[in-house]
Amino acid sequence: MAVSTLPVAPATPADPGPADRRGRGGPRRRENVAGYVFLSPWLLGLLGITAIPMLLSLYLSFTNYDALTSLSEVEWVGFANYERMFTEDPSYWHAVRVTLTFALVAVPLKLAAALGVALLLNRAFRGVGLFRGLFYLPSLLGGSVALAIVWVNMFNRDGAFNSFLALFGVEGAPWVNDPQWALETLMALAIWQFGAPMVIFLAGLKQIPTELYEAASVDGAGVWRQFRNVTLPMLSPVIFFNLVLETINGFQGFTAAFVLSNGTGGPVDSTLMYTLNLYIKGFTELQMGYASALAWVFLVAIAVITVVLFSTGRFWVHYADGEQR
Amino acid sequence: MKRGRPVVRLLILVLILAVVLYPLVWMIGTSFKSREEIATNIGLLPEVFTPGNFRDGWTNFDVSFGRFFLNSAMVALLTVLGNAVSCLLAAYAFARLRFRLRKVWFALMIGTLLLPGHVLIIPQYVLFKQLGWVGGDWPYLPLLVPQFLATEAFFVFLMVQFMRGIPYELDEAAKIDGASPYTVFRHVIVPLSRPALVTTAIFSFIWTWNDFFRQLVFLSDLQDYTVPVALTLFIDSTSESAVGPMFAMSLLSLVPVFLFFVAFQRLLVEGINTSGLKG
Repeated sequence: MAVSTLPVAPATPADPGPADRRGRGGPRRRENVAGYVFLSPWLLGLLGITAIPMLLSLYLSFTNYDALTSLSEVEWVGFANYERMFTEDPSYWHAVRVTLTFALVAVPLKLAAALGVALLLNRAFRGVGLFRGLFYLPSLLGGSVALAIVWVNMFNRDGAFNSFLALFGVEGAPWVNDPQWALETLMALAIWQFGAPMVIFLAGLKQIPTELYEAASVDGAGVWRQFRNVTLPMLSPVIFFNLVLETINGFQGFTAAFVLSNGTGGPVDSTLMYTLNLYIKGFTELQMGYASALAWVFLVAIAVITVVLFSTGRFWVHYADGEQR
Repeated sequence: MKRGRPVVRLLILVLILAVVLYPLVWMIGTSFKSREEIATNIGLLPEVFTPGNFRDGWTNFDVSFGRFFLNSAMVALLTVLGNAVSCLLAAYAFARLRFRLRKVWFALMIGTLLLPGHVLIIPQYVLFKQLGWVGGDWPYLPLLVPQFLATEAFFVFLMVQFMRGIPYELDEAAKIDGASPYTVFRHVIVPLSRPALVTTAIFSFIWTWNDFFRQLVFLSDLQDYTVPVALTLFIDSTSESAVGPMFAMSLLSLVPVFLFFVAFQRLLVEGINTSGLKG
């Protein structure tokens, strides 16, 4: 049960050992009660914080609720919110495009950076721990408002990045204020945080038996062949795990887009991530019925993407124990 | 893969590290530059280190940044407490007790693991507003109540995984001695789960400290603001003079996370990310 169990969370909990067979249900019943006692905070949370809000959200998505009138006065509008989203609201499709672009470009590049650096670090030498720690640091700090602020200023017209380019006589763009480049600066911020997947890759690389490389090398495989035919297949469960995790995270990027655009999704909607659009519709414009519809479509989209990732995984994820998942 | 010359490898790593660390060093440098230097000196470090930005930033708004830091610290520490207690209780039930519908509940818990928080924020807002929690006497209820109800499924899962590694014979031995599930929890599971509790505590603190979305939605009065929400106020004031104080406060806000990083580097790097690897 090493890396191979990684991508799929087990559908059943750990077996808590042999069933209690003493008595006629005495101790077992006691354990049944105890189970629910210990589970009660979680059950309450599942009900009150997750399940009821989800159903409420589904209901609201069919209304024109605007947060100002009371809940009892909301009007049922049928599928109007969904119709508006798919056919009338250009900002919706715009947000979809921005989010997809972000995820499709930033996630692969981030994973490539993570894997590349992990390969360089997958070796014992002095200071390897320090390197690993420092590469990981951006993953701890990068999601904060503070770092988003620094990032945006770095890519200002007269920010640090342009003065760096000036050293080579290149005149930079006003990156964060340029609709053509604003999203790219957000992607760069995401890629900069490659440390978290890198650490997972490192753990995965350590699990690959060295005999495989020795055997490949005896057979005359060069460095590239070894990478292609040993490392990649052996690492595929970990690559898959990182891909799923980072894709889901990528779709939810909010903080940096909010900071860059001061909560508007600008310039010219170029950083209008889906979640930012949802925030604007729900909390700036108070169209909570419509925003609930946005939220539900988002939920379904994330679920579909996860299912698609898992079903394509069957074709390229190689499990050492030969199990098909 | 034993290949590549060590010197070349080291050189590449140092280069990448320079790129990775550049924004952080630049942030520190800019925080200590005077207003004039920010406009003229585009270099990494200031010619003269001045603490002025920290003084100006601290008092930049009607409410001092000290208040924002206290608010953030309170939210983060109570979140740590809530997560540690409620997730440990739920994890014990899932990992060690037999009760009806256990598998169903566990599957639901795994399901909520993938549920994006943004989907629930609107109905939660509506619900909490109905309860008078949003902007109420104590505006942190909407942020904190969920944390005491084990809604952070990730930590529940982490602890379940950890508890699987505690030998079941210990529970059995205690039971033969007549211990109830509560005694087993108190005297076997809690003491042995300390590593998982520490990991949960550190990550709940850092994540809550950095969290923005929920705090932005639920906090509306300036004096209740947490640090991230207060920092966005700087963005509104676009004047050049605000850059220094804004950087100084941003830097200060990262100090707690950085201290955690220094103190628990190994645990942070290896702890949580690879915890899913050890089945």
